[in-house]
Amino acid sequence: MILTNGSNQNTLVVVQLTGGNDFMNTVVPYADGLYKDFRPVVGIPNERVLPIDDYLGFNSDVRPIKDLYDLGQAAIIQGVGYPNSSRSHFRSMDIWHTCEPDIVATEGWLGKTVRILDPSTDNPLTAVSFGRGLPRALTAQEVMVTSVGDLDTYGLMSGIEAKEQRTQALDLFKRVYTPAIGSGMVQDYLGRTGVDVIRGAELLKKAPQMYKSTVEYGDNPIASSLRDVARVHLAGLGTRVFYTQHGGYDTHANEVPTHPKLLTDLSTAVGDFFQDLKDHNADQNVALLVFTEFGRRVKDNNSGTDHGAGGGAFVIGPRVNGGLFAEYPSLDPSEHDNGDLKHTYDFRGLYSTLLERWMGIDPTEIVGGTYEQLELFK
Amino acid sequence: MVSSKLDKKLTSHLFRRAGFGTTEDEIDNLADKSYEDLVDDLLSPEKQPEIAEDILRRYHLELNFPDTHSGWQSYWIYRMINTARPLEEKMALFWHHIFATSIGKSEHTPSAVAQINTFRRNGLSNMKQILLDLAKDPAILFWLDNCENHKGEPNENWGRELLELFSMGVGNYTEDDIKEASRAFTGWTFVQPLPLDPYARYDSEFLYVDDDHDHGEKTFLGETGNWNGHDIIEIVARQPATAKFISRHLYNFFVADEPQVPAWNIVPPNNPKAIKNMVKIYMDTDGSIKEILRFLFNSDFFKKSKFKKIKSPVELVTGVIKINGKHRFPGADFGTLSTTVANMGQAVLTPPTVEGWHTGKEWIDAGTLNERVNFSVDSFGGKEISTVDFEGRESLSDGQSSTAGGVKSIVDKIRNENKVEPADLLNRCLELLGYIEITDQTRKELISELNKDGPLSFSTDSDSSASEDRIIKILQAIVSTIEFQFG
Repeated sequence: MILTNGSNQNTLVVVQLTGGNDFMNTVVPYADGLYKDFRPVVGIPNERVLPIDDYLGFNSDVRPIKDLYDLGQAAIIQGVGYPNSSRSHFRSMDIWHTCEPDIVATEGWLGKTVRILDPSTDNPLTAVSFGRGLPRALTAQEVMVTSVGDLDTYGLMSGIEAKEQRTQALDLFKRVYTPAIGSGMVQDYLGRTGVDVIRGAELLKKAPQMYKSTVEYGDNPIASSLRDVARVHLAGLGTRVFYTQHGGYDTHANEVPTHPKLLTDLSTAVGDFFQDLKDHNADQNVALLVFTEFGRRVKDNNSGTDHGAGGGAFVIGPRVNGGLFAEYPSLDPSEHDNGDLKHTYDFRGLYSTLLERWMGIDPTEIVGGTYEQLELFK
Repeated sequence: MVSSKLDKKLTSHLFRRAGFGTTEDEIDNLADKSYEDLVDDLLSPEKQPEIAEDILRRYHLELNFPDTHSGWQSYWIYRMINTARPLEEKMALFWHHIFATSIGKSEHTPSAVAQINTFRRNGLSNMKQILLDLAKDPAILFWLDNCENHKGEPNENWGRELLELFSMGVGNYTEDDIKEASRAFTGWTFVQPLPLDPYARYDSEFLYVDDDHDHGEKTFLGETGNWNGHDIIEIVARQPATAKFISRHLYNFFVADEPQVPAWNIVPPNNPKAIKNMVKIYMDTDGSIKEILRFLFNSDFFKKSKFKKIKSPVELVTGVIKINGKHRFPGADFGTLSTTVANMGQAVLTPPTVEGWHTGKEWIDAGTLNERVNFSVDSFGGKEISTVDFEGRESLSDGQSSTAGGVKSIVDKIRNENKVEPADLLNRCLELLGYIEITDQTRKELISELNKDGPLSFSTDSDSSASEDRIIKILQAIVSTIEFQFG
């Protein structure tokens, strides 16, 4: 249900950190003696911490996010998770995607959101996912999400050179993919996907043509993805939900050399993205969520960290009410959940906040209940 | 058309599932065999010659410098297309789906290639052997950090995935079982390979470090002893949960799409009777994959499962290439094989996570459908290119009769058999593309498109040329349909 005050055109950009980001090494409890005790190998030394207060600080690899934090535009949601946290990547990611901790659900929270935002699938670009494969967060019956591998070559029958022949082939394709009654659920899904590919491609063609920018993004996957988000957002195609993924966070081993590069690529891309939007005067209606499926184990394993429970998330944007939210989980072993940080805040509260206060829709059904919301927006 | 004991439609189905597709000419060459013979042949890959690797290495020097992996991704797809042992290659893909190991972490190509070779060698053997070989495989030991699993400092990654993803599935063991299994695999590691650059082109080897092994007592799945890794495998392989889990995987891969794996401890199988029978064979034969598959391929549920599965990107691409006749020789476009499947969401040797790929309907979204359709259309896109490829291959086939397809051979058949009326033309094209079944709606649209220009004619050169273009157009239309996404 769209709330009465929900007639906004706010856009949500979701960045999924795949593999379980080590939140303790992203926002570091540098003044906690237990942190040093538990993390003799992978711990971040004090000289690489940018203090937030006398207990917590940013890992210096995320300096661009710290800069946004200092401007009051970045919120840190500490200790985010859910009860009986699953240590399986897949199960935990499923739970984050579907808000269903007890059953394996097929519909995702953003898929349901898109169904409310665009119930008759008028715009195939209401939600756009970059990268290959559609995350479960975006799937839902009767919902179309455009999934783009390469923004610059997106389009059907692009190999048929003769224009007239291509038009004919597309026309026949459209007729063959028009859903027929009683053809079966999977066939029906394919039919709708096919029709929407055509509609989406026609619209998306405009984005690279219109885009001009002085921001030079890095040469890495998350930078390319956020640049694609910027290009489509700036084309004004009515996209309300963008989704992208950044992989490689499963740092069981060799965390010391690998984690800093991930954080640097991520935070630099986020900084560049908001600069790009700001330069185009198009940043005010954008909020960006960074989440991961779980945090990592408190005690390092002498090389990296194993799967944990409570983690952390960021919400970033010019209209975000920057600061620290919820509580940093205690490092005291008596407070641990099987050697992991116990979550202090339910992720469904975070989703509820984003849905109700940013997207202007009632979160209750999507997240499956009422959860404590945060003062995340100005 | 050759008369044959074989039901061509069913044979086509068998080769799509147990291999990577086939052509009508290949089926005609099997005319003296029965269906059961074909199943037996598929299950005995050792009776067929191995693929000629020397040609590949002569033409693709990058395979001699294994520090890049894209050449080896293409190599695998090339093997799938050209092997005389299709089920051997299909089983390697099956185990790669389940024991999903990505080269993205190790960047050590020789070990990844060696792992797939292991799956080729043992893929049809028994579960205990397969899991034991896996537990000693350097690529997966690194991928799941068992090299970091030390006495007194266990790393649970391998222990957990062994139970959750490789054998029993969620709900059949406890967190304590994971901890105990992990202890049992302490000391199971590999020899650190020499740097690839400049000369060390060898895969790593398994290494057991007794000093680093936790020799203490462990209780695993209710059995107590001083278990080592192979004891854990022994216990796991005889669990009915493992029999069921693997049977379900085989059904999902070879018969019809099941729900996604994480749902299996909650959602029952689509065909509980089939799974029950497969589990019985597993328990009776000590987990013989070959015997389960012999039952499966000869079963009615398999024979009735035509077009009940969404083709994986690998199946789509190899199936198309089997028919369009390209890539029978490792030419300059060899490298496109790896990027083509990757663009559709299945970069072999680099699955997204240890969970492998989400299959079935989840192969399809707007982006991947776009890639699938464009690839298929382009693959039938020019008779000239395909003619060159077709003839080039013939001249290299050492005088053996070519049984491969090729767009030119399809055009020739249609002309020679005089399939000029729209309905005949459409039916023959559907047969030549793999006895494809289409809905009435699709048939109506395709016929109406063909009716626009009436029957084909080959009476003059310009008529022939126009007719050939129209055949290509209808082939392109068929391979872009919804129905073609199913195999």
